[in-house]
Amino acid sequence: MQIKDLFSKKKYATIPSERPKRDIPEGLMNKCSKCGTIQYSKELDKNLKVCSSCGHHYRLSAWERIGMTLDDGRLYEYDAEMESVDPLEFPGYKGKLEQQRQKNPNLRDAVVTGEGAINGLPVVVAVMSFDFFSGSMGSVVGEKITRAIEAAHEKKLPMLIFSTSGGARMQESILSLMQMAKTSAALSKFQGAGGLFISVFTDPTMGGVSASFASLGDYNLAEPGALVGFAGRIVIEQTIRQKLPDNFQTAEFNMQHGQLDLVVHRKDMKTTIGKLLDMHTVREGLSHGG
Amino acid sequence: MAAEQMLPFEKPISDLREKIATLKTLAESNGMDFSEEIARLEEKCKQMEEELYNELSPAQKMHIARLHQRPTSLDFIHAVFTDFMELHGDRLFADDLAIVGGLAKLNGLPVTVIGHQRGKDTKDNIARFFGSPHPEGFRKALRLMQQANKFNRPIITLIDTKGAYPGNTAEERGQSEAIARNLREMAGFGVPIICIVIGEGGSGGALALGVGNRVLMLENAIYSAISPNGAASILWKDATKADIAAEAMKITAKDLLEFEVIEDIIEEPQGGAHKDLAFTAERLKEKLWKHLAELLPMTSEQLIEDRYNKFRKIGEFRMAEAASKEIPEEVAEEPGAEASEMTESAKV
Repeated sequence: MQIKDLFSKKKYATIPSERPKRDIPEGLMNKCSKCGTIQYSKELDKNLKVCSSCGHHYRLSAWERIGMTLDDGRLYEYDAEMESVDPLEFPGYKGKLEQQRQKNPNLRDAVVTGEGAINGLPVVVAVMSFDFFSGSMGSVVGEKITRAIEAAHEKKLPMLIFSTSGGARMQESILSLMQMAKTSAALSKFQGAGGLFISVFTDPTMGGVSASFASLGDYNLAEPGALVGFAGRIVIEQTIRQKLPDNFQTAEFNMQHGQLDLVVHRKDMKTTIGKLLDMHTVREGLSHGG
Repeated sequence: MAAEQMLPFEKPISDLREKIATLKTLAESNGMDFSEEIARLEEKCKQMEEELYNELSPAQKMHIARLHQRPTSLDFIHAVFTDFMELHGDRLFADDLAIVGGLAKLNGLPVTVIGHQRGKDTKDNIARFFGSPHPEGFRKALRLMQQANKFNRPIITLIDTKGAYPGNTAEERGQSEAIARNLREMAGFGVPIICIVIGEGGSGGALALGVGNRVLMLENAIYSAISPNGAASILWKDATKADIAAEAMKITAKDLLEFEVIEDIIEEPQGGAHKDLAFTAERLKEKLWKHLAELLPMTSEQLIEDRYNKFRKIGEFRMAEAASKEIPEEVAEEPGAEASEMTESAKV
């Protein structure tokens, strides 16, 4: 044995730490991403997926939203079979689409459209889902929303859209951008003819969706805390080289800056929309829905 | 030439040009005759230029479209129109210099012309936010377009922006709303609208001046939903891969003509519009007048319908097999979904 061996590194045994595990069996419990409160999924569902502790509104899928909003949760769906193709032959797009469809077995793209009723008043709805491709708008989202607006126009029904989107679907580049013009042009016709359009921003609604149909409601509502804006926070911070306040681009921030009519808690959403619809309903057979 | 910005892919040509110049001075100072050699090199140079500029890749076009010395909206306005009278302000907040607009005459016909405006130097660029408008810019454009609509003047827009200004002040004043409103209002004007992408057409900030009966592009201009740099940083977390993104995103005039997003391409001189503004302006004026002449006889209703149909047909999708009909039932039968409202919704 040489002297230097005395100073060689000792080997330590590692004992797995028994830190409290934060993971909860999937499906049974939920942890609020805002305040960390853990609650039973069933309780959370009963509370319309709003945190009972801090009021954080969880993101909803299109079908959850439809269930909460329409009478009996019933929707007569339009264009259910429409799906995206890969017009630009963009690297990796086909695979990503397939992945998204598998992840969301009840969705074909980021929006569900159709007809239903709210408090007995018929309405055409389009509900976006952030789960699907970050709610990005490609040809399918643009086409389905345009068709829904055209249907509302033809049937003289009010139009209701719940938006949530990361923005344009860049894999469809220019075609995606043109959907902004297409949907807005459809609204020009519809609203020009007296049609009523209620737009609801949900978390998050950014970029091309925020900068087209979503901002064009006769009434623009939002859920509390929903992120609504054009450019993303990171891009802005890089441009102005300043930290932005925590509440930047929240629904409340937008209302304070004059960009929204109302911020509406999820539990009051259906009632509020119902009231608006009622205000625009001409009774005694003169109903024109807008 | 020295002050001109040189693009990396143009270097072999400029190197050769330099070589020719050295040879010429050498010939003069030494009294030797290199004329044959010089002629040969000049021929080769010409050939290289033709090969390069006829086969420009999307990324190379992107670099040309972004050249500092590329003609701006004001350059084209002064070269194509007469009697330009610039008008200012949105009547709500400010005068955004990232957008210029006003009255002008095209072949004697009064029109309203509006365009994004990049700066000519650093100071000018700061004043003009590098051609990236705030909401007040879009609202100024809208005001001028409404004025044109009222007085039955055609509207010509020139598109040249990296995109709407991404800043907190822009967000606070409703950047989204300003863009969205322009899209909707442009769709409803009863006068001819022709939009020309002269440089970079970036995202919603470009489209906010882009809802026309005809959309034209200069040969080397680009137009996309997100800048290739932005796409690269999202897709590959690396903005320097913009060249790769540019190839994938189909951003050139030729691509967009194929997608029927634009109606016509305006020829540029070899090497790009900056090599010969007068030539480019002449081609632009020819095409602009040709398309305007087709629109002028149309009624307001026809113009609105024509514009609607143009955008209505853009988009590619397919109808999946009837399999989708089963989807709601699948949801209803999903274990654990119980008889909640959510599953109710799925039972169409």
